[in-house]
Amino acid sequence: MIPYTPLLVLFPLVGFIFLGLFGSRLKNETLIGTIGSGMVGLSFLTAVAILVELLGMPAEGRKHIVEVFDWLSPFTDSAGSLAVPVSYQIDQLSVLMTLVVTGVGFLIHVYSIGYMHGDPGFWRFFTYMNLFIFAMLNLVLADNFLLMFLGWEGVGLCSYLLIGFWYEKKSTGDAAKKAFVVNRIGDFGFIIGMLLIFSTFGSLKFDTVFAGASVLSSGNTTILWITLLLFVGATGKSAQIPLYVWLPDAMAGPTPVSALIHAATMVTAGVYMVARCSLLYALAPTTLLVIAIVGAATALFAATIGLVQNDIKKVLAYSTVSQLGYMFLAMGVAAFGAGIFHLMTHAFFKALLFLGSGAVIHGMHDEQDIQKMGGLKKYMPATYRTFLIGAIAISGIPPLAGFFSKDEILWKAYSSEFGSPLLWGVAVLGAAMTAFYMFRLVILTFEGKERFDHHHLHPHEAPKSMTLPLMILAGLSIAGGWLGIPASLFGGNWLEHWLEPVFAPANRKLMLGGHEIHAIEYLLMFLSVAVAAAGIYGAWTVYRKRTEIAERLAVRFRTLYRVLFNKYYVDEVYDAAVVNPIVKVSNDYLWQGFDVTVIDGAVNGSASLVGRLAQVLRRLQTGVAQTYTIAFVTGILFVITWLLVQ
Amino acid sequence: MIPMNHYLLLSAVMFIIGAAGVMTRRNAIIVFMSIELMLNSVNLTLVAYSAFLGDVTGQVLVFFVMAVAASEAAVGLAIIIALFRRKQTVNLDEINLLKW
Repeated sequence: MIPYTPLLVLFPLVGFIFLGLFGSRLKNETLIGTIGSGMVGLSFLTAVAILVELLGMPAEGRKHIVEVFDWLSPFTDSAGSLAVPVSYQIDQLSVLMTLVVTGVGFLIHVYSIGYMHGDPGFWRFFTYMNLFIFAMLNLVLADNFLLMFLGWEGVGLCSYLLIGFWYEKKSTGDAAKKAFVVNRIGDFGFIIGMLLIFSTFGSLKFDTVFAGASVLSSGNTTILWITLLLFVGATGKSAQIPLYVWLPDAMAGPTPVSALIHAATMVTAGVYMVARCSLLYALAPTTLLVIAIVGAATALFAATIGLVQNDIKKVLAYSTVSQLGYMFLAMGVAAFGAGIFHLMTHAFFKALLFLGSGAVIHGMHDEQDIQKMGGLKKYMPATYRTFLIGAIAISGIPPLAGFFSKDEILWKAYSSEFGSPLLWGVAVLGAAMTAFYMFRLVILTFEGKERFDHHHLHPHEAPKSMTLPLMILAGLSIAGGWLGIPASLFGGNWLEHWLEPVFAPANRKLMLGGHEIHAIEYLLMFLSVAVAAAGIYGAWTVYRKRTEIAERLAVRFRTLYRVLFNKYYVDEVYDAAVVNPIVKVSNDYLWQGFDVTVIDGAVNGSASLVGRLAQVLRRLQTGVAQTYTIAFVTGILFVITWLLVQ
Repeated sequence: MIPMNHYLLLSAVMFIIGAAGVMTRRNAIIVFMSIELMLNSVNLTLVAYSAFLGDVTGQVLVFFVMAVAASEAAVGLAIIIALFRRKQTVNLDEINLLKW
């Protein structure tokens, strides 16, 4: 029992309420920034304190449930009535997530003080960011599905608010709406899955549900549907095929938002959810297969698009989609620990890359096209060095963080009972492309000739508040992977052992044995490093040494290039297949047809019916007193006659 | 002695004439006079019963009615004059201000 757990959530909430109420009146940016980041920092310190306490406990006793208050009390005492407390579950997984969210979140908050400097919505930005941290912590700390869903929706709302932060521009508003609507589709699946869980297990608490599920056998149809529906929610939130389309557009928001929400934390919520429900997924091998295929396909698909994009943030966005695909691939081959490991390292290096791109955009005065950059390393050395570290980390070059986590996923994709050489092949191909497009990005941005106009543009290095978080994140991108050095490389794989109790029930169901060292593991490891190196070398050759190759390739494979450049026309296909028909049906039938004719018709019709009836009835009122007298006398005569007859 | 029936019959005839006048005539003055006729038919009944039963209460009531009728005549005529000044007519068909 750790009594101060609610503080974790309370700090960002206080920050949100305070900045929301008084932020507009505080004229001092430093004060607003300090409050905003300070609250997240305090939350981070609380998380560290909790981690220290957990480390002092035995591995089996690290799970604690801290009840705060009753949210929905049961209506009756009978079983099956809904009881939802606001209570937080502290265990190895949620503490890890909390540390990532608050730690990376704090660095990004600090960075934002520099990045958002001078923006008229400065206080609004920090208000939303604190609300986001609050919602995200609810998501990862919840001990039941409903509270998790509250956080799930909360981060979605913040994502919407922050994508559309510069709402004066129509395109950002459209991007925000797109993100919200696409997420809504996924959330619909999540809700149905949640209802199915409640009707099956009579509770939404993780403990009760998993206890009920642990007696079921593998291949249960209900569990299959539950897991599939929850996974639909995950594809929406974590930008997997077919619902990934919102994430690249979400780059319309400020860059720190892209780093925090659309790279490091929120988009990994789906991965976290699958890991949290690992027991349910262990009971549904079919769903695992679906997840593995979707993950691998997304990893490759997004990587191919990333190869040819020219917007610095778009490349990183597709890279994020691709890396999330790797995490889902890990989940799909039942390597839950590996997926969470990659989630953590990805949070470090992708936040670093996004913040680095933000520093570039800042230094280039809002230029985002990498074709108009080049040679920037001279002007912004700190940004260049940290960005390079991030690129090496994501490419999977040892001993940086990305290597260990990605290699573990690749190995599990090959060796796991649910894996196959095909999944491994797709993933390795994706890894090669990752290295290629990352170094294409680095070279086009920082190396080579300067392709911008010197007379009008003077690139400058970012301020201290921006470069400092970059350096810390660069350190984490180097060292973050050392938490999970596999046994084959003489490491303890500390992270996997740390998370083991969380995934133990699922692994027991799957009857997964211990980790054995195979000769083939070294071969695959060597291969994955080799393809990454090949990707980097390829990018170096094409974009640095013999720049004419790039143009020749683009001309030679014109059709392919155009398809990739236009992102496989997926947006256009969705527009034609889904959006336009819905708009057309809504416009022609629901609005012009049903709303105008039927609903408005009923309202106007009843009004005109009453009016027409009144036209008839009002003739009774002549206004001539004598007519009334006649009616009066007739009435009296009638009464007298009636009395007499009686 | 004249039998009671005759009084009552006369009274009823006067009342019906008055009521018919109120309902059918279009001149406001005539309508006004018809109302007076109805009032007096009632007075006649009251007086007849008073004499017949040897009870003066009916006669007292008749004085009341006459007093009220006098004041009513004053007010009513004033209204008619006011109306005439405004509309230059006392034709009731043209005076339909009660309508909506």
